[in-house]
Amino acid sequence: MTQLCLVIDLNVCVGCHACVTSCKEWNTSGHAGALVDENPYGTEPTGTFFNRVQTFEVGEFPDTETVHFPKSCLHCEDPPCVPVCPTGASYKRPEDGIVLVDYDKCIGCKYCAWACPWGVREIDEKRHEMTKCTLCVDRIYNEELPPQDRKPACVMACPTSARLFGDIHDPNSEVSVAVRARGGYELMPEWGTRPSNHYLPRRKTEIKIHEDELQRAANPLKQEVPPAGGVSIGTSEDSFTA
Amino acid sequence: MHPAFSVIFFTTLIGAAQGLYLALVTAEVLTLVGQVPAQQPRSFYALGAAISLVLLGGGLIASFFHLGRPERAWRSAAKWRTSWLSREVIVHPLFMGLVFVYGLAHFVGWADTPAHWVLVALGVIVCLTLFVCTGMIYACIRFLQEWATPLTLVNYFLLGTASGFTLASAFSAWAAPQLLGIYAPTAIILTLAALLTRTASLVRNAGLKPKSTIQTATGIKHPKVIQKSQGFMGGSFNTREFFHGKTPKFLRSVKWIFLVLTFLVPTVLVSVGLATASAALLGLAFAAQYAGLIAERWFFFAQANHPQNLYYQVIS
Repeated sequence: MTQLCLVIDLNVCVGCHACVTSCKEWNTSGHAGALVDENPYGTEPTGTFFNRVQTFEVGEFPDTETVHFPKSCLHCEDPPCVPVCPTGASYKRPEDGIVLVDYDKCIGCKYCAWACPWGVREIDEKRHEMTKCTLCVDRIYNEELPPQDRKPACVMACPTSARLFGDIHDPNSEVSVAVRARGGYELMPEWGTRPSNHYLPRRKTEIKIHEDELQRAANPLKQEVPPAGGVSIGTSEDSFTA
Repeated sequence: MHPAFSVIFFTTLIGAAQGLYLALVTAEVLTLVGQVPAQQPRSFYALGAAISLVLLGGGLIASFFHLGRPERAWRSAAKWRTSWLSREVIVHPLFMGLVFVYGLAHFVGWADTPAHWVLVALGVIVCLTLFVCTGMIYACIRFLQEWATPLTLVNYFLLGTASGFTLASAFSAWAAPQLLGIYAPTAIILTLAALLTRTASLVRNAGLKPKSTIQTATGIKHPKVIQKSQGFMGGSFNTREFFHGKTPKFLRSVKWIFLVLTFLVPTVLVSVGLATASAALLGLAFAAQYAGLIAERWFFFAQANHPQNLYYQVIS
């Protein structure tokens, strides 16, 4: 069984929001119609986004780290939003595990959004239908696109390759290897919904520098400079001529 | 959560309607077993059922305002195997139908047949099922910890029946005074029982420890993680739907208002109304209790703290 997912590398995400804008761009141009944008140039702009990049600060000044944190639907293996839907508009595809909304069946009761702990579902306030990340289901199987472009728009846009896409059930996929090798984790594991999207933690970038790499024992420069007020020893020309 | 008035009116109206139906059935059963003289006219039950039906219909209309696409509402009966909302969508009109037939049976005089008692029994079962469905819609969302407790079901049942019996007291004072001696004390008992269980849920919720924290939400295992930006500067569905947008002081005021209006005022007014057999006072008791229940339901929503709010703390 296939379970497509995203793996987000927090170690390299620079918080540029390219995934946010490319997601909006692709999905607002899709078959289902535009994603709502109200007052886009006004004082209170609001609209639907399937993906957001948030920023957190970890630690106490001055020992702080800034973590940019993209968040979209986690495509849970046991999605709490699906069974609560009264019409069956919210469903999980058995063939690839993508959680989708059948817009034509949605009555806009918002119960599924209440039943998602991560707040990744947003009602379209013009269409009055629930919308969410589709994992670009209209890209990844789209034969009109060249094979290398059959990936979610956010993955294509990321300039630092912080977003990996693949089948988490395939132990040799890029995403599975990354999760295994680099301690990939789930968000809010306490609810037992088994999110298929995983996050790769920040890593400390440290270079081990040994003392002798800074102060080489056989440093020729060191020997050219006479110690202040002392007699130069060693191989300087003076020693030979004296 | 952001309290939606459509749902507030829906749950409070149908609660009172279900309570009133149970009150009518109670009188009928007590008459059958001889505890109450068979004095009330047929029209008492027919009219009572009509009032219940009006409340149920009002609730139904209110519930449609909750939907973005009300024209597709018929679809919501599909997933009754998994969704409590779908079950409620089936059970609510079914109950309306049964109350209608119940009232009709009394109106045309079919109420003495054995078939009528089958209808009554069916009505009670469906009525109780409706209470369970309504309560479970909220209680089944396990990460809304304020709701995820059996107390939610108990409160929906007791608050609904209390308001229904208060309404029945007012109605009987006007239409069948011999039943007042049954309805009014029952209303007081139910109101006090509801006070007990609602207070229990308030105490429980005051001591809740959220299972989700900013650490589990981000997976960053550091004691100090704060949000610096939620990713956008305007509002969104996430900032509107899951926040009540009021101050803690406002919330506390609503809590005391609903405690006084739902429990204290009706208890006093029903007691005095019982002593003086005043339909006006009992009507006032119901009005106060209903207003209190609107505040109670508002508070019920506002108090529920959705874990998604962890992601929407700071604009920038």
